[in-house]
Amino acid sequence: MLTWLSLLFLALFALAAFLLGRGRALKAAGGASVRLHSLPNYYGAYAALWAGAPAALLLLLGAVFGGRLEEAVLQAERPAAVSALTPDRQDVFFSDARAIAAKEAPSEVVYEGELKTALDAKVAESRKITAIVRYSTIGLASLVALIGVLLALPRVGLEFRARNRVEGWINGLLIACSVAAVLTTLGIVLSLVWESWRFFQSVNPLSFLFGTEWSPQIAMRADQVASSGAFGAVPLFAGTFLIMLIAMLVAAPVGLYSAIYLSEYASRGLRSTIKPLLEILAGVPTVVYGFFAALTVGPLFRAGFNAIGAVLIGGPLDGVGQYLMEVQNQMALVAGVVMGIMLIPFVSSLSDDIINAVPQSLRDGSYAMGATKSETVKRVILPAALPGIMAAMLLAVSRAVGETMIVTMAAGLQAKLTVNPLDTVTTVTVQIVTLLTGDQEFDSPKTLSAFGLGLTLFVVTLALNIIALRIVQKYREQYD
Amino acid sequence: MTDAAITAGAAPHGQGPRATLSAAEARLKKRYRSEMWFKAQGIAAIVVAMIFLVVLVGRIVAQGYTTFETHSISVPVYLNPDRIDRTALDGVNYDYIVAEAVMKKLNIQDDDLGTTSGKVMDLVSRDLGFQLLDKIKADPSVIGKTIEVTGPVKADADLYYKGEIKRATAEEDRKLDNQQLGWLDQLEKSGTVKGGFNFGFFTKSDSTEPEQAGVLGAVVGSALMLIITAMIAVPVGVMAAVYLEEFAPKNRWTDVIEVNINNLAAVPSIVYGLLGLALFINWLHVPRSSPLVGGLVLALMALPTVIIATRSALKAVPPSIREAALGVGASRAQTVFHHVLPLAMPGVMTGAILSLAHALGETAPLLMIGMVSFVPGVPEGFTGASTVLPVQVFIWENASERAFHERTAAAILVLLIFMIVMNAAAVILRRRFERRW
Repeated sequence: MLTWLSLLFLALFALAAFLLGRGRALKAAGGASVRLHSLPNYYGAYAALWAGAPAALLLLLGAVFGGRLEEAVLQAERPAAVSALTPDRQDVFFSDARAIAAKEAPSEVVYEGELKTALDAKVAESRKITAIVRYSTIGLASLVALIGVLLALPRVGLEFRARNRVEGWINGLLIACSVAAVLTTLGIVLSLVWESWRFFQSVNPLSFLFGTEWSPQIAMRADQVASSGAFGAVPLFAGTFLIMLIAMLVAAPVGLYSAIYLSEYASRGLRSTIKPLLEILAGVPTVVYGFFAALTVGPLFRAGFNAIGAVLIGGPLDGVGQYLMEVQNQMALVAGVVMGIMLIPFVSSLSDDIINAVPQSLRDGSYAMGATKSETVKRVILPAALPGIMAAMLLAVSRAVGETMIVTMAAGLQAKLTVNPLDTVTTVTVQIVTLLTGDQEFDSPKTLSAFGLGLTLFVVTLALNIIALRIVQKYREQYD
Repeated sequence: MTDAAITAGAAPHGQGPRATLSAAEARLKKRYRSEMWFKAQGIAAIVVAMIFLVVLVGRIVAQGYTTFETHSISVPVYLNPDRIDRTALDGVNYDYIVAEAVMKKLNIQDDDLGTTSGKVMDLVSRDLGFQLLDKIKADPSVIGKTIEVTGPVKADADLYYKGEIKRATAEEDRKLDNQQLGWLDQLEKSGTVKGGFNFGFFTKSDSTEPEQAGVLGAVVGSALMLIITAMIAVPVGVMAAVYLEEFAPKNRWTDVIEVNINNLAAVPSIVYGLLGLALFINWLHVPRSSPLVGGLVLALMALPTVIIATRSALKAVPPSIREAALGVGASRAQTVFHHVLPLAMPGVMTGAILSLAHALGETAPLLMIGMVSFVPGVPEGFTGASTVLPVQVFIWENASERAFHERTAAAILVLLIFMIVMNAAAVILRRRFERRW
């Protein structure tokens, strides 16, 4: 609230600086603005920028990092009674102290005796620190704003190149925005690597990447059975691969054939109806596909396999029949097929672009030799478009590997090392979701393993994208 | 092909030109057959894709449309002063008082064990009990009088009225027994229960009781989150694109940024969720499951797509515009901000709306930042706990009650309508304002 108020004041101050700067420039020009180097508004903008921008940045930083700062100062000195607590309880203690100070609801932990006095002391201290941080930020921001104006205003004069200066500011802002993209990547890499590193301190990276048993359930107490948990991710990789394979078996032929038909055979009218419909399929949120898989496709497939099983039972294939009677709603095939449906428009639109990029002269040459349309497609267009289509397929694979909602809702949770599409499998993304939803303590290997999986996922999808880009760059035919 | 070639090659020696002709005809026939076959495969692919689309949308509509109809019950309730303890209003069993009123309508008596009243309570939503409490709290003088309350019937009773629980099903396989079904028929015949449009679905938020659950909280949460996403992703994305397209020198650094943006666009959404968890929640202590943190994560996710769309819109503006502006003495910044960007604006807005529509449907990263928690009520603001539409779909899909499944499908329909509106807006924007040079 206070931050918003001070930002409002700052905006008013900057407006005043704008008017002052503009007025000063006009006065220097004696009312004839043509004598100025830049338009009068640029002088105003220059003054306003110096008045507002650095102070606003300071306030924003205060709002974002102020909480961290307060916390660090508050925890710098720990009373003896608090130091006796376990690290987890210490965190709860300090967060309670801050919550009470901020008049928010604290946790339900009851403090008594020495802890109570320590808590009260810390609450008072927290209030004090909050006030100090808050007012010193505002004070500093006002000072910076004032200095900014005092520095900027005297420079406004006839010869002053205000426009160039203002454009320098704009340029800086634009560069900062483009750096945001790089910072995002850096943030992803750093957070994944950092948390994974903590995970790999308790679990050997080799046994993570090549272990064949996955059961991350860490027991609450050390003496319980299976207290260690197993973090061998191979079953997850296998499950991800199986589902991806099924999805590609659906998406690749349907997507590619529909792209060929749309670009080579379809009339303009048909094309303009089918393409938007495919775009609808592409725009459907993945959670909807997940719902469709879990409540429509799953039961349907199960009923189908059960019916086949009922026929087979008692015959020569009795064993198969028995097995088919027992399949569950959650199987790799369901998740794979639905994911394939999701990828059809993706493969189709990418392939369509690539096929359309093959120059018309190649087609005309082929037709002139007497080839039919299908021969032209198979012998001329597809070979020419092959690198692009390969890249499109790799991008689709990358999408399939990273897809989360369909598999979470339709694939299941059991980590099994199997190639049977009727079996329940689990994937990397499903495990990340399961490990990180619900209660989490942030230091257990169980939670941290999600970041190990995330890092693997990130590296694999990144590699697929880079390979796809390379294929296109290296093998693309230059026709013009 | 090869067979035809061999016969064609062998023919001329023995049988003369006629055979050659028939061999060529056979070959041609074969080629046309394969042409037809290939074309048929293409048509089949399109048909398969369209069938998938129809089945997907059709199933969801079929599962969801029943939600929009609901049945409500109106009964006069006598607020018996002997039963209501004025000193502890919250502790009174209002559900029983409502059940009594319904039993009076049905002309039945409760037995000593209270099984009959228990069965009646299974038919009427607890919402009526809460209404009684609210009325008494607002005006304690109503105690001892008879007041009329209207509220939904329980989800199972509603399913029976809609024909989804059938009398033909064996009694032990359905949630309601024959006696309860008889009562329901009796209530409907006497006009106590009436069907109507389910306004509650749009005016209520999540609840553990299906008949009281609605999407309002999720819609508001989605809106708040999209505001944050739009306020960050669109300006930052547009400015980044303007820099890269119009100002940046071609050197190694800008190449790095370009490759970076292309790769970011293909990073799985769940990885953004991990980033949000590690960076915003654990490090910066942004409140969990708030629209603020959700919006920040989705903004990072939408940023590359906004940049790519804006760049292609800027590329489409012909260089002659820039040259003309520079020619009359505008600076580069003036050229871009006064001429190029306004001309590219329709394309920029189209791209921005499309990536926001995509963000609206995103679920996976939001699960990482704690949005799966049960949030009754409308979110209190940008930092309050909230849920959003796709996550609401996910939560309801996990619920075991059958009545939640139809609500899930209905929530999907609401979500799809929002997405269709956004996409249509983008298309209209493109059609109306796009200029071809």
